[in-house]
Amino acid sequence: MLTHLTDNLDIWTLGFCNTVSLTVLSFIIAFVVAIPMGVARSHTGTLISKIIYGYIYVIRGTPLLVQIFLIYYGVGQFHSELKAVGLWWFFREGYYCGLLALTLNSIAYQAEIVRGAVMAIPHSLEEAGASISLSRMKIYRFVHIPIAIARMMPALGNEFVLLLKASSLVSVISVEDVLGQARYLFSETLDLSVFYVAAINYLIIVLVAEAVMRKLEARNTWLALR
Amino acid sequence: MEYPQVNENPGEMVVSISGLNKWFGDLHVLKNIDLEVAKGERIVIAGPSGSGKSTLIRCINFLEKYQQGEIVVNGITLTDDHKTIEEVRREVGMVFQGFNLFPHLTILENCTLGPIRGFKLNKEKASQTAMHFLEKVNIPEQANKYPGQLSGGQQQRVAIARSLCMNPDVMLFDEPTSALDPEMVKEVLDIMVDLAKEGMTMLCVTHEMGFAKEVADRVIFMDKGQIVEQNKPVEFFTNPQHERTKLFLKQIL
Repeated sequence: MLTHLTDNLDIWTLGFCNTVSLTVLSFIIAFVVAIPMGVARSHTGTLISKIIYGYIYVIRGTPLLVQIFLIYYGVGQFHSELKAVGLWWFFREGYYCGLLALTLNSIAYQAEIVRGAVMAIPHSLEEAGASISLSRMKIYRFVHIPIAIARMMPALGNEFVLLLKASSLVSVISVEDVLGQARYLFSETLDLSVFYVAAINYLIIVLVAEAVMRKLEARNTWLALR
Repeated sequence: MEYPQVNENPGEMVVSISGLNKWFGDLHVLKNIDLEVAKGERIVIAGPSGSGKSTLIRCINFLEKYQQGEIVVNGITLTDDHKTIEEVRREVGMVFQGFNLFPHLTILENCTLGPIRGFKLNKEKASQTAMHFLEKVNIPEQANKYPGQLSGGQQQRVAIARSLCMNPDVMLFDEPTSALDPEMVKEVLDIMVDLAKEGMTMLCVTHEMGFAKEVADRVIFMDKGQIVEQNKPVEFFTNPQHERTKLFLKQIL
């Protein structure tokens, strides 16, 4: 089993880097987008909240694999139009399509995490912020968001790990991620143990991710006080 | 005992409310309220629950919207324009029944958030001011703890300091001791008495009649959204005019 790793170190390294960059990038981009979306979604009854719910419903209600296919093959059908608007370089690449699919997917889940955390903040803190003359935006920035982020940590850690494993689906659109490289090596060697190596790759990433999450959670000592 | 009223300019109104009416849906919670609060005046508002006392003081800093009437705070007429509301809120400090401290910020940060983010005061200056007021409420040693590590009485004292850091011209107290264990009521009331002595204009919704007797210039009794009776504390407690007031006093004293 070890020889699979040592003989093909460059292949595994590329796979590892692709998996990490796909997961981390899509997670972070999705997080940035999910914050305003989750906040807007928490104002239930508004039109924008309903539109966002529609998006979340569609994304959560369909398999990620279908979303990946639709972006890679579906959008690819319009390659002449995409060339015309200068986007073909993006949709031609499995990596970018995978990144887009994972990001769009994670936005939906993270927006719901944000919404839950924002809605759990008592109205009394908003009044406290207002009473010291903070504007609505400042109350959001200095009261709601930091409290919400602290409360979201465990759920976000969960989402990151799920996203990491879901990222293996992009191997079907020729992305050279960990699983993609494992499948390539399997087709070369027909030795199933390459998948053990692949599994260990994911476990290592999860190990690091969990350590990071623990560090981040430890910063919010106040959470344990009540 | 009566404290000297600190009032450089007698007759100057810090808060004037006229013709205030508010409805929650069909419920008429404030009926034609007229109230003038002079600079340095200490007012206690009493009344049964649901009488509209909290709602009344929450209108002064626009935590509650109202449908009719005019409120002027330090010469600024309240409108629903958010700039005006923020301006008024700078003049008005508020202490809540449930303390409402920010749980993710230390005691010191709770006190400096408003000055730093609202007034754009630099951090050092804001911290100095905050420490000054934390000393005043006898709690400077807790500055770097979180609200969750403090007792209710301590938290309420921090809430008072947080308001004072905004240098308000009038302080609103919305049942500040109602959520406290009995042995912590005194430490909060003592701070409020100190504030009153220094001439802070105060409107207190409270059931602490001892406090009313000791520091109030005027006691206002409300029932069913109306001001039923108002008088100096001595007269209010010894010679209530209205039947409803007599009944209320009989029940609480």
